[in-house]
This record gives sequence, C-alpha cells and structure tokens, in this order.
Amino acid sequence: MSTDLPIDLRLSEEQRISREGMRRFASQTLAPGARAADEAATADPQVLAGIAGFGLTLMSLPEALGGAGLPRSPMGNVLACEDLGEGDLSQSLAALAPLGVVNALLDFGDDAQHEAWLPRFASEEPVPAAVALAEPRATFEPGDPRTSARRDGDDYILDGEKCLIPLVEQCQLFLVVAAADDGPAAFIVEADSDGLSRARQDYMGLRSAEPGTLTLEGVRVPAAQRLANFDLERLVSLSRIGLAALATGCCQAVLEQCVPYALERKAFGEAIARRQSVAFMIADMGIEIEGMRLLTWRAASRAEQGLPFQREAYLAFLQSMEKAMRIATDGVQVFGGAGFVRDYPLEMYYRNLRGLSALHGALMV
Amino acid sequence: MINFELPKSLKNLQNMTHQLAEQGFRPISRKYDRIEHGDTPAELKPLAQMIAAGRPRGGGKGDKAEADPDAVKNGSNLMGIVSVEEMCWGDTGLMLSLPASGLGNAAIQAVGTPEQKEQYGKLYCAMAITEPGAGSDSAAISTTARRDGDEWVLNGEKIYCTGGQRCDAVVVWATLDKSLGKAAIKSFIVPRDNPGMQLVRVEDKMGLRISDTAALALSDCRIPADHVLGSAEIADTEAARKKAFGGVMQTFDNTRPMVAAMALGVARAALEITTEILEKEGVKADFSKSPYNSSAIELALYRLEADLDAARLMTYKAAWMADNGQANSKEASMCKAKAGRMGNEVTLQCVALCGELGYSERYLLEKLARDSKIIDIFEGTQQIQQLIVARHLLGLSSRELK
Repeated sequence: MSTDLPIDLRLSEEQRISREGMRRFASQTLAPGARAADEAATADPQVLAGIAGFGLTLMSLPEALGGAGLPRSPMGNVLACEDLGEGDLSQSLAALAPLGVVNALLDFGDDAQHEAWLPRFASEEPVPAAVALAEPRATFEPGDPRTSARRDGDDYILDGEKCLIPLVEQCQLFLVVAAADDGPAAFIVEADSDGLSRARQDYMGLRSAEPGTLTLEGVRVPAAQRLANFDLERLVSLSRIGLAALATGCCQAVLEQCVPYALERKAFGEAIARRQSVAFMIADMGIEIEGMRLLTWRAASRAEQGLPFQREAYLAFLQSMEKAMRIATDGVQVFGGAGFVRDYPLEMYYRNLRGLSALHGALMV
Repeated sequence: MINFELPKSLKNLQNMTHQLAEQGFRPISRKYDRIEHGDTPAELKPLAQMIAAGRPRGGGKGDKAEADPDAVKNGSNLMGIVSVEEMCWGDTGLMLSLPASGLGNAAIQAVGTPEQKEQYGKLYCAMAITEPGAGSDSAAISTTARRDGDEWVLNGEKIYCTGGQRCDAVVVWATLDKSLGKAAIKSFIVPRDNPGMQLVRVEDKMGLRISDTAALALSDCRIPADHVLGSAEIADTEAARKKAFGGVMQTFDNTRPMVAAMALGVARAALEITTEILEKEGVKADFSKSPYNSSAIELALYRLEADLDAARLMTYKAAWMADNGQANSKEASMCKAKAGRMGNEVTLQCVALCGELGYSERYLLEKLARDSKIIDIFEGTQQIQQLIVARHLLGLSSRELK
C-alpha cells in the first residue's frame, strides 16, 4: 500500500519541464506534418527520431544497460502520450510502440532477458519494435489469443496471425503474445525469424503509423525468449491507459480546432460560437475531455503507486474510447462541410480515434 | 505528485459520515419519503448535533497546511464533498433536512460580517432566489428592497426555497432598482419568524420529498438595515457591477461541487444496490472481458461506473482547486454538468437494469431515480453549466453567449 498522500493535482517539476518540451514538439513538428504523413501513409523519419530523442525508453533502463535507471513511471508516460497525441495520434502511436516493448521487458523479463534484449534500446535513435497482441477477429479477446505456442524441446513453435502492428515492416523485433499449454505467454521474436512474414494493411485511419499484419508459420523461438514473469492483465491494463491518454490528447486537439473556428465562422450574421447548439457541443467536449483525462491520470497514478489498477484502467479506456468518438464526431459537425474535406484535420481525428476500438496492447505505459 | 486516493484524514471522515448515512438515514429513508411533509424529522436532531460537534473550527485546513504555505491542501471543500457524497448515499432529502446545512449558511459564511456570522452562522439559513417569473435567469428577479430609515422593506414572492418552511432565517435576493439590472441585486437575511414573511405552501414533489420546498410571500417585510449581505451600494461602473454580482456568483463555485457530490452519492447507492441484485442472479461485471465482448448488462454497468468515477474525479478536482486557492469557476460548472446528468442517467438505468425489482418500492432504486432529477436542475441547470463552460472555453462574455 502507498503512504498517506494528500489528493494532489500538481505535476512535479520534472514532469512540468518534460511536458514543455513535448508540447512544443507536438505543436511545432507533429501537428503541422500530420496531414502529409497521413496522405503518404508514411511516418516521417524525423518525427520518429524526434520522439525517440526525448529518451522515454531510456528513462527506466538500468544504468548498467545504458539507461537512466529511474523507476518505472506510467504517470510520466501518460503525460507524454497525452501531449504527443495532441500533435498527432497516429505517428505518436508508431513512435511510442517500442516503449511498450521496453516496459514489457522491464516488467516481465528476468535478469538474463534484460541483459540480452534491453541494451538494444539504450539509444536515442528509433529502434522499431512492437507488442503483437491483437488478432484479426471481430470478437478478439486479449485473454484468449488464438496464436499458439507449442513446446518442442528447448524451443516453442509459434503459429498465428497478429494485426494492427505499428511500423510493421520496420520492426526489428516483436513481443508476440500467444497461447501456451499453461496460459497466455509472451515471446521475443526477431523479425528475421524463419516462418515470419509481414504485410502492410490499409486502415480507415492510423495510416501514418504504417500498421500491418504479422503472420507466424511454424516460427521457432528458444524457450529462453519466453518472458519469465509475464502478466497479460498488466500488459493490457497499462496499454489501455496509454491508449486512453493518446485519445485524450487527440480530443484536446479537436477542441483546440473547434474553438477558433466557431468564433470565426459566421452564419445568420454572427459567429456560430454564439449559438447554443454549437456552444453546447463545445462545452460537452471540454467536460468529457476533463473526465477522460482524470480517469486516465488516476489509473496511471495507481499503477505508479503499486495499487491495483485493472478496474481503473478499464474504466478510463472505456470512457475514453466512447467519449472520444463522440467528440471527434462533434468536431466534424462543428466544421460542417469543412470538417468533411481533407483541408482541415477534423476528419483525420475522426478516422484515427476510431482506431482505439481495435487496438490492444499497442502502447504499454 | 498526482494522486486521487483519499488520505487517511479524509478516509476517516468518509467512514464516519458513511456510518451516519447507513445507520441514521437509510433506516428512515423510505418512511420519510412517504410522510413527505412536516417538521424536521425527530431522528435528525441528534445527528445534527453530532455533525456540529464534529465540525472542525477555522475552516479545517489542517495543521500541515498552516506550517507550510506551499504544501498542497486538502481542506474544507474536499471534506465537504466527501461528506456530502456519503450522506447522499444515505438519503439526499434527509441530508437537506438537517438543520444548519442550508445554502443561506454558505452565503453568510462567504460574505457575511462577523456580527452576521455570530448571529446566524449556527442557525439554519435557507436561500430564496427563484421567483415565479425568474429561475435560471437570477438577474431578472423582481422582489424589491427599499430603504426606509433604519430598515429595509422587502416585497415580492419567492418559490422553490429549500428549507423555507423549517429554517431559522432566509437569505432573500431582492433588487434595489430593477432598471439597473444585476448591479442592484442584493441579498438580505430575513428571520423566519418575521411577520412580513408568510409561508404560502410547501411543494409536493417527485423526489427529495422530505426536504421542504417552500413558497414564501414578502409583504412589507421589515428587517434591520444591517441585515444586508455585503455592500448595499449599487455599483456604477461596468467593472464594479461585474465585481458585485460576480461576488454573489462566486458562492456557486464552492456550492456547485457540493451539489455534484450529491449526484455522486445517489448514483453510487443505485449502482451498489443494482450490483447486489444482479450478483444474486448470477451477473458479475468483473472486468474480465473487453467491453464489446461483455454482455449488454455487464457493459451497461461498466459504462455507468466509468461515468460515475469520471464525475467524482472532476468533483474532487474542482474542490481541490478551491482548497488550494485556485480559481475554479470552469471546473465547478464542469463537474456539476457531468455529475448532474450522470446521476440522473445512472439511477434511471439502474431501475431499468433491475426490471420489476428496480421499478417497485421493494428497493430504494426507484426513489433514487426520482431524487436524482432535481440535482441536474437546482444550483444551475445542466444548460446553465454548459453555458458557463462554453463561455470559458470560447472566451465569450455572458452578453456575447446567452
């Protein structure tokens, strides 16, 4: 249990400073390039490098392995997700996916696995990698993956299909969740393994995350690459928190677009912002974003304090997924026809935010 | 450091208040819903004394805060919402019937002189704003106040005054000159036994039945000159006018989170009862399946819980800001808007989810659903909160966004 802390909404000095940097990057680099990246269906390498440059993956790496040796901080990661998500949800998802792999290795790997795999991430250069949990099935359930892991001597043989993996063609390694004899397990799988193939898939949104499918056909993985202390519920919950934070940021962007537009756009002789039908939509955006943000912060703060947080993560994710779609839809509506054309980012927010309903395990904070 | 878990001091307060609600309110909840009209329920008097005895002196800011002015404060506002949620988990109508907990008390506490606080602070003071012709538009009231020597003379009609029957005094809003608008609106303390103020009727309501909602008539009601709250001057510049009416409105920044907390208590009570009923019938929402792989009834419960928790965290934030001296007008309206509609939705859904057991008087669910509606109306309707939030977000004045 935690110590007796007061209720507190203040960020620490370090959090404030790191936020400033993130927010500047989000508004000066991420947001202006989001549309072009979406059209090209390509993540901008400079954006990926820029986000890697913040060193989020380095923070909690042990010093001996080239990191900063700081404690794991889901709360700090949530702030990063929120700020970057406001700039561009799609490219941020791609850039932050390796952080999920690092956090999974840290939380679920043993010493030998830490030493074997973490040094690769001790870099301020992007190291593409992703957690591969989701499978292309309408009723997919994280606790019941159909990708199988069959023991064969000192190895496991993996078979199955994974989807919605950011930067799928660039990834150097994957953290594949599969069903073993004794329950769900996670395996570190090198991208050049025999029997592994990957392909881009076109989606409604998240296009600049370069997502796609991973197919495993008899892929042989040494048993030493099965994470020693895997906890699927923790992975799913921490990912729900991360995704909720990204959505909160993106919804904030919707609101930030709607306010000046509603003040400027005139109809019937006055700014549409002065009509209650529009003003109330904007008020509700602000109200629901506040709720999403606080639910997400609470879940992250509980995780950071070592308190149970599965329920809180679930509620934050559910509320964020559903309210985000309402907000994105209203965002397009406030802009009217201008929301539907691709000159403005509203339709992109709408397409990207729907992705939350299909993403699982993609961003462990 | 970001933290939303209650510290020990608030946890203790929560436990104490919960006990009071569970043992003091719940057993008599149904009884007084049926009795509806009458004097203050006899069972409430010892409870009111207990609460008064347990109330910390000097605003209850805690020792640590005084030692270190930079330390984060969990003070009277957070204490208030934690207790209100627990009491309303018990029964909102009974809480509002507790002597000495009126809105008038909040106003006197906020802007009263030391003498007024001394004389009325410990009494039960109601607040009378609404009139037959003015509800949300409180600047349009037409009850008048006229100075006559050492007295004020009030004339007009007030309705929907919570506690107006049983209180000791009423804080009455009246205008010194209707043609001057907001700036001329002042509030006055009128002792309940003043012969110029008559009880016209006590309303029959859908919910909160035991809480008395009174109509009052003021006819040449004379009160001493020092019974005006705040300055009696009519501000003559735009800035001063804003400041004067804004002062009155500022009371709402503290009371709106309290009303939001009522919705939290009502909704939590409904969800707890619903969960219990459903578990007996084998439904268990344990977060083991993704939202859309869950059954409809499980998903409904998850959604209601998420809405309740979001509203609670927003209410904590607004109160926390007030405790820490931060302007919280936007957050106070946000939490009232979210909690108001949440409380109504949650209780109504709970009735529906439990079928006959929800709709009948076997359980408290139907009563909670009747009680919840008013929380989205009084202390500023949903739409008034949306207006306030929209003005903040859009940077528009009340004149620009009506």
